[in-house]
Amino acid sequence: MIRRPFFGFLKPKLKVLQIDKELQAIQDIPLPPRISLIVKNPRIRPENLDLSIGDDVKTGQKIILTARSDDYLISTATGTIAEISEITSYLGQTFTVISIDTRDDEEDEEFSESMQIPHNNTVRDFFNQLPGAPAFSSLLGFDPPINKIVVTGVDRDLLVATNQYVFNKEFDEVVNGIDILKDITSIGQIKIIASSDITHKHENGLDIVYLDPRYPDTLPKMIVTNVFKETVPQGKTPEDIGIGFVTAETVSCLTKAYREKRIPTDKIVTVIRQNGSILIAKARIGTHVGHILDTLGITVNTGDRVVLGGPMTGHAIHSLDIPISYGTDSIMVQKAEDIVPSSDTYCFNCGECIRICPVKIPVNMLIRLLENGFYEEAADQYDLLCCVECGLCSYVCMAHIPVFHYIMLGKHELAKTHNSSEETNVR
Amino acid sequence: MSDNQQLLLVSSHAPFWHNMSSLTAKNYNIMLAALPAALFGVWQYGMPALGVISLSISCSMLWELLMNLIMKRDVSIGDGSAALIGLLLSMLLPAITPWWVVVVGTFVAIVVGKQIYGGVGGNPFNPVLVAFAILTLSWKGILDFDTALVNYDFGYCMIFPLGALKHFGAEAASNYDIHALFMGHQTGGIGSVFGLGLIIGGVYLMLRGYIRWEISLSYLLAVYLTETLFCLSAPGKYADPMFHILTGYTLIGAFFLATEDSSSPVNFIPMLLYGAGAGLLTILIRNIGAYADGTVLAILIMSVANPLMDKIRPAAIGREI
Repeated sequence: MIRRPFFGFLKPKLKVLQIDKELQAIQDIPLPPRISLIVKNPRIRPENLDLSIGDDVKTGQKIILTARSDDYLISTATGTIAEISEITSYLGQTFTVISIDTRDDEEDEEFSESMQIPHNNTVRDFFNQLPGAPAFSSLLGFDPPINKIVVTGVDRDLLVATNQYVFNKEFDEVVNGIDILKDITSIGQIKIIASSDITHKHENGLDIVYLDPRYPDTLPKMIVTNVFKETVPQGKTPEDIGIGFVTAETVSCLTKAYREKRIPTDKIVTVIRQNGSILIAKARIGTHVGHILDTLGITVNTGDRVVLGGPMTGHAIHSLDIPISYGTDSIMVQKAEDIVPSSDTYCFNCGECIRICPVKIPVNMLIRLLENGFYEEAADQYDLLCCVECGLCSYVCMAHIPVFHYIMLGKHELAKTHNSSEETNVR
Repeated sequence: MSDNQQLLLVSSHAPFWHNMSSLTAKNYNIMLAALPAALFGVWQYGMPALGVISLSISCSMLWELLMNLIMKRDVSIGDGSAALIGLLLSMLLPAITPWWVVVVGTFVAIVVGKQIYGGVGGNPFNPVLVAFAILTLSWKGILDFDTALVNYDFGYCMIFPLGALKHFGAEAASNYDIHALFMGHQTGGIGSVFGLGLIIGGVYLMLRGYIRWEISLSYLLAVYLTETLFCLSAPGKYADPMFHILTGYTLIGAFFLATEDSSSPVNFIPMLLYGAGAGLLTILIRNIGAYADGTVLAILIMSVANPLMDKIRPAAIGREI
């Protein structure tokens, strides 16, 4: 945990973790007896799935989920569908989960066959869940279309080293993947963001921007502001202004998919142990968090906290049976005694949040409105929708107010009101 | 789904880290920074001063506890906020202050100044200043330093410097040695005369980030500049700017009173305006107004303008106007 600097008039130095050369070898997590795949579309419910328990699936098989939509899932293991359930996720979203009892891998042929035919819709047809967040398919189908792609070789959150690892170890794959990316998306302008501290700097004609890896400058919206000198308007995403993001891991997997003629099914995950040290592990997408921690010999006790993602922006999970998905870059385990509880003290206007906010939101006023449920006013007068979701306001709050939580709740409620009013208008 | 079902994990929203700062740490640091000046008062005035300080701190905490119980809220005396209010109030009072003035003063500070607005963070004014202003208006004679400290003689001019300036003009002010004033050789509140101690405390707090340098420095600068302008307009009629910096409540006001969080702005330009406005008003009240020292009223007046001033802020990045 990085504490408040002794000379508190200075801003805290939140340096994103640097992985050193001697970083221990990657830990392979064996295929567990059961994996679970999350359908990342809340509209697809278990009852309208065209699947049933007992169906056999193969590794890399494209599972069409419903007859009516194009949604599909890539099975990351071979086995039998054992359970179809639901999990409630962040902000109350419910997702369908398909659990598969695994056996020895048998590769599905559909992808390699489709590779025989030159040029096609490979991206749309097979790559919606290449390892790495955001979903690779998010590069397509935007209006106006994406015209710049950023390949991130740094991780967004503190202590997470997944993409740095890939960028350092699989640099050739990343470079090759960028060519494939240009080819299949026909987007010419591709910029690479890498940490300025990496040991060897690569040039060879690539458009690389070396970034001093300080949080929150590693967040996509901050990269747009600092590197492209453009501003993402409030309530919009970088994709809305034509800038798409893919991680180095995704691009590297693209190379592997074309080279090995199979869809990558492994995810590289940074595991952050209780003492803050990290391990890099490779696990099948769908492996339960508990299995990964068991394999690495990390014990979790009652009262601890387990987080998917990093210390600033991750999501705490309530059970170790939650699987990792293609977007899970890290798993963090926190000891019970390291958990700093929030409090219900009022804001006393110290102004720490104002000084740390990367987009200059008047957080002290915003929190007063959010605490009382005035979400519309919060967006109109106090820039709720400008928030880049870095969480630093909560991190520095002297009153220990869960500011970030309030902001996300406010945004969620606002979106809900707008959606329902749009529906009423349509009717 | 498996044998992990007995495991209960703690879940909450991100971020999962905190920089470990807290209101309690902040208040205790401010009290620590106030100690050099307060201890100087105890050393100079002896047990009566210690009595006032102790009574003020303990009464503040008791009023806070009482209000917690009456309002059925969590007991908040541990956060140091009530103790800090008690300490700062006692530092403004003369060493010989009757016990009942301290009791009433802390009542006003904690109950009227803070708790009826909902506790820490709710108060529109600095509770210490509210209490002190009410005490000054109610018992002017008791808080008059020349009357209260009549039995003390430390071998230097025992007339309250700002009072001397008010009544006898700039010539009286020139009798005071700036260096002696800086070292606390002057009549005044228990903890408000020792310039060196207050500056050490203030610099410590500014470096630790517990008070904002924007407010403190702009306040002191405004006091200095305004008085310089007065001196330039009528040479010989007004006291030296340094005299104003080192006497009365200027230094304790700059570092400990004006910087109270809830009644001061948080944005950069408003903080400068707030400090500068309070400094300007302090000198205006001292030179033109009816009171010998204007610090308390000046800061109170600027606190009224605080919510309005704090609207001067940069546009958020991404905001569409």
